Amino acid sequence: MNLLAAAVPLTPLAAADQPTLEDFGTDVWWIVLIKILGVFVLLVLMTLFAIVFERKVVARMQQRIGPNRVGPRGYLQSLADGLKLAFKEDIMPALADKPVYFLAPVISAIPAFVAFSVIPLGPTVSIFGQRTPLQLTDAPIGVLVVLAMSAMGVYGIVLAGWASGSTYPLLGGLRSAAQMVSYEIAMGLSIVAVFLYAGSISTSEIVAAQADGNQLSFFGLEFTGPSWFIVLLPVSFVIYAIAVVGETNRAPFDLPEAESELVGGFHTEYTSLKFALFFLAEYINMVTVSALAATLFLGGWRAPWPLSLWDGANSGWWPLLWFFLKVVAALFVFIWLRGTLPRLRYDQFMRFGWKVLVPTALVWIIAVATMRTVAREADLTTGQVALFVGVPLALVILVGLAAVSRAANRATRLAALEAAAGSNHPTEPEPEVLPATGPRRRPTGGPSRSEGGFPVPPLDLKVPPSPRLRAREPVAPDGAVVATGRRGSTATATEEDGDDR
Amino acid sequence: MFSMYVPILGLFALAAAFAVFSVAVAPFVGPRRHNRAKLAAYECGIEPVDQPLTGGRFPVKYYLTAMLFIVFDIEIVFLYPWAVANDALGVFGLIEMVVFIGTVFIAYAYVWRRGGLEWD
Repeated sequence: MNLLAAAVPLTPLAAADQPTLEDFGTDVWWIVLIKILGVFVLLVLMTLFAIVFERKVVARMQQRIGPNRVGPRGYLQSLADGLKLAFKEDIMPALADKPVYFLAPVISAIPAFVAFSVIPLGPTVSIFGQRTPLQLTDAPIGVLVVLAMSAMGVYGIVLAGWASGSTYPLLGGLRSAAQMVSYEIAMGLSIVAVFLYAGSISTSEIVAAQADGNQLSFFGLEFTGPSWFIVLLPVSFVIYAIAVVGETNRAPFDLPEAESELVGGFHTEYTSLKFALFFLAEYINMVTVSALAATLFLGGWRAPWPLSLWDGANSGWWPLLWFFLKVVAALFVFIWLRGTLPRLRYDQFMRFGWKVLVPTALVWIIAVATMRTVAREADLTTGQVALFVGVPLALVILVGLAAVSRAANRATRLAALEAAAGSNHPTEPEPEVLPATGPRRRPTGGPSRSEGGFPVPPLDLKVPPSPRLRAREPVAPDGAVVATGRRGSTATATEEDGDDR
Repeated sequence: MFSMYVPILGLFALAAAFAVFSVAVAPFVGPRRHNRAKLAAYECGIEPVDQPLTGGRFPVKYYLTAMLFIVFDIEIVFLYPWAVANDALGVFGLIEMVVFIGTVFIAYAYVWRRGGLEWD
């Protein structure tokens, strides 16, 4: 350990508030208790928040309002749901393997909590006069705790699927396990480059390594380069981001819970608080990987650039705010993906993981290690290496990827061109179809509804504006809301409904 | 030396207590309205004939995925210490690691070629 520490010195500019490994494991027992309780409560609260946040954000994306009844602006909705689940009947399926059926949610929930124990939330602060780092604990193997715990979570899912004694949960559990172990490989490989740059696996030291950027000299201009690993190692970050979406079974990779194929996946047969534990574990895992993303790639609890110019930004309790802003931003991306992307097919998903993410991560590791070793041996600065090696390499890779994807998408492109030219069938001419008749369309040719045509819903319906905008919309003098898409009593609306002639 | 791991155990204990309590208390808090159909496996209508507990069958592909996972997980086990000690190992470490990743890549290419990564 001393050898490594000597070989990989920490950045000398690290602030005095930056905890080192020696600061951990020295707390008084009641500080440890406060921290344990704090992390536990924090995770439960984050889960409750994440569920409401997800429902509200997805609702906005789908032109709905979302939960807004329980508590202020609906933010107590998930608490109410949790309480409701507690008072639901606890069903034990007749075919279930009882001990394992009981144990599976426990096995699923415990690692979810424990994984968060090494996430640094802030610098050294004083709690009731005790100087202590704002982090439950850290170890020389910090990130490994997260990886180990996320691997343990797989057991809970597999056992839940098996012990339910039902077909859908078994298939869902197997899918989930295969998916999680596949994407765990990609995730594990993606963070190797971070360890390479930070020279450590300890989370607090990785945050410390992102404290100060290298001094770059760019054609005579001196400036401080970026220090976050998302800028230095963009490929790692992209692979990590994709892999953790698969790892946490979230859309568009939520195949284990594909309700059109597998009902509810591994937790189909679970009810009541057992189901709630699975739900809790899923959302805590989401929070944990978001926090890990912030720690490994987004500078941890350190303030983002314009704020970091302020001296007090990285000391005291402020970093807690920066940290949670980053975590919520990452959570938002999770939710955004769910609101935007359709679910992948399972074979596409596995192919993507094994044939794209894994080789890309391996090649990237070799590239980063080579660049770093060359820079050290040849005594180049990081800026020079990036300029002479990184930029051309990136260009070559980009051009190569573009060429490959163009070649791969050739058939699709041709079909799209033909479709644009008027044919949906690349080989056959478009069949004659009667034009759709509807009350709102006044087609010149086809049969109208009175002549036996098939009624279709109005096709020229305007998309209503988002609910947030609606509150501020101009109100017409007669009190009717203008342009909301509602079937109103205004003169214009009546005019548009002119099919009852 | 190991005192830094104690809080992890503490959190483990708290999480375990919470989870076990939730699971144990659930049957007593909720209502109990017995119904035979409720206890049957979820299926629309007919009982599934091939019970998982008595040897339900599932695709052999999952075993292959598990084996591939072990191969690459062991590779990761070797990569982490190397990454941490990279600056101390120098050029020698880099060449060693390129050779190691290269050998795994050969196996990977073989699996790919034989269709081990296909999912039909």
